[in-house]
Amino acid sequence: MRWQFGTVHELVRETPRVSSLVLDAADWSGHLAGQHVDVRLTADDGYQTERSYSIGSAPEAMRLEITVERLDDGEVSPYLVGEVRPGDKIEFRGPIGGYFVWKASDDRPLLLVAGGSGVVPLMAMIRHRAALRSMTPTRLLYSSRSEEDIIYRAELERLSALGDGLTVAHTLTRSRPPGWSGYTRRIDRAMLEEVAWPKVQNPIIFVCGPTPLVEGVARNLVDAGFDAASIKTERFGPTGG
Amino acid sequence: MTVQQSDLKLDGNAIAGLLREIFTMEMTTAEGTCAGCHKVHAVGQVEVYMNAPGVVVRCPACGNVQMRIVKGGGRYWLDLSGIRSLQFSAESG
Amino acid sequence: MSFISRGFRGKKRDTASSARVPPGQYVVTDFPVLSAGPTPRIALTEWTFVLEGEIDKPKSWTWEEFRQLPSEQVTKDIHCVTKWTKLDTVWTGVSLDTILDGVETAAEYAVQFSYGGYTTNLPLEDLMGGKAWVVYEFDGQPLHPEHGGPARMLVPHLYFWKSAKWVRGIRLVNEDQPGFWETNGYNNYGDPWREQRYWGD
Repeated sequence: MRWQFGTVHELVRETPRVSSLVLDAADWSGHLAGQHVDVRLTADDGYQTERSYSIGSAPEAMRLEITVERLDDGEVSPYLVGEVRPGDKIEFRGPIGGYFVWKASDDRPLLLVAGGSGVVPLMAMIRHRAALRSMTPTRLLYSSRSEEDIIYRAELERLSALGDGLTVAHTLTRSRPPGWSGYTRRIDRAMLEEVAWPKVQNPIIFVCGPTPLVEGVARNLVDAGFDAASIKTERFGPTGG
Repeated sequence: MTVQQSDLKLDGNAIAGLLREIFTMEMTTAEGTCAGCHKVHAVGQVEVYMNAPGVVVRCPACGNVQMRIVKGGGRYWLDLSGIRSLQFSAESG
Repeated sequence: MSFISRGFRGKKRDTASSARVPPGQYVVTDFPVLSAGPTPRIALTEWTFVLEGEIDKPKSWTWEEFRQLPSEQVTKDIHCVTKWTKLDTVWTGVSLDTILDGVETAAEYAVQFSYGGYTTNLPLEDLMGGKAWVVYEFDGQPLHPEHGGPARMLVPHLYFWKSAKWVRGIRLVNEDQPGFWETNGYNNYGDPWREQRYWGD
């Protein structure tokens, strides 16, 4: 798995803090939904640093897309979301990961729980499902700080309106707009029990986001009787921003 | 002494790339038996601390150090003594 | 080589060489937090510091007893093996010369051990002669748990992994006992001025 280069084809501003980098990569071998890439940046004095970013694009998409949240005191994210422009080259390697992966051939009901930018690998799963026109019953519970922070909002609305078995529930934890009909608190056991499949349906569950959210959700799901072996988690953390 | 969950804690997904460098195969689906408590977890599920001079992997059940990985000076040092056995598919590459 | 990420500067780091900056280091102004595990939380009512091993009478102090010991404020530069250097850090604590005062031992080595299980080793003489402290304040404030509080070691002439956070005690030993990082790649001594980062350096 070598380091390779991609050229930024396009930047998509998803929210005030989040952008997607759409890359052209000649040597890209393809990926599975849920995988990530490692990005390596090099300054002109030779200083290097690496970060991992989840792939948001479906395996079927024409171009590779990573979605990055800019952390105010971050070292790398303000560069990727702010400085990088179309035509710039990005060094990366991947795809990486085999544990936190979903394939549409798995026909168990799918429960996806996301906190903030943790929605990115889950969106790759949703897009993969849509590309294959899968009817696998799928539910996304997505926690964001405020309405403007919801990533992929329009696309999620469009996909969930298709009536093919995808439903999306949002919760906002810091501020809500007037007329908001979604949840307005941190994800808790009651919310999970309302949104999730009955445990007898043996769903496969993916949880992704900051460590405290992921651990709280996993614990609540196990307490609610879901099989721990069916719950896959990916923690995002401050490895430097 | 009570121990607090640290926000610096990640999981095995965070070292998937590093493990692939070392093992030349995808390792997050590998299953490790803890040398301390003998519970089995996928590498993707273990606790990972990366803000350190090296990577420290701990058992999510008992907290024992399962692996230490240091990369530097053109070398890797790998201590797997906290894992009794690591099972992974011959086709993981 | 020579791919450069256009416009990428990276974290604020001053690589200008200076007599105070060891080779390969850069100066930072923040205070990075490094950790090999969950942050221990130790109640001051439970905390003790012990001096044990090759010593006639092991000593131990409760928090109150420890705070009665003569203390001093020192300003030191610190150097982490992950390449950051922080200049003029201000600490308050007890010199190891005070802790070792009156101790008779033939031991040549010491092991620092911590709440949470961390260990690091060094020659006993590197703890003596005004080179090491057990500190409980940083910048005039009680040492925060994520930086090793209630108390940590300060041994600034070596790379900072040789200054154990959440220190619980020191064991005097006849034979050197490589610690947590020394047994897995990091240099047994760790002198930043000779850039002794890894085995064989």
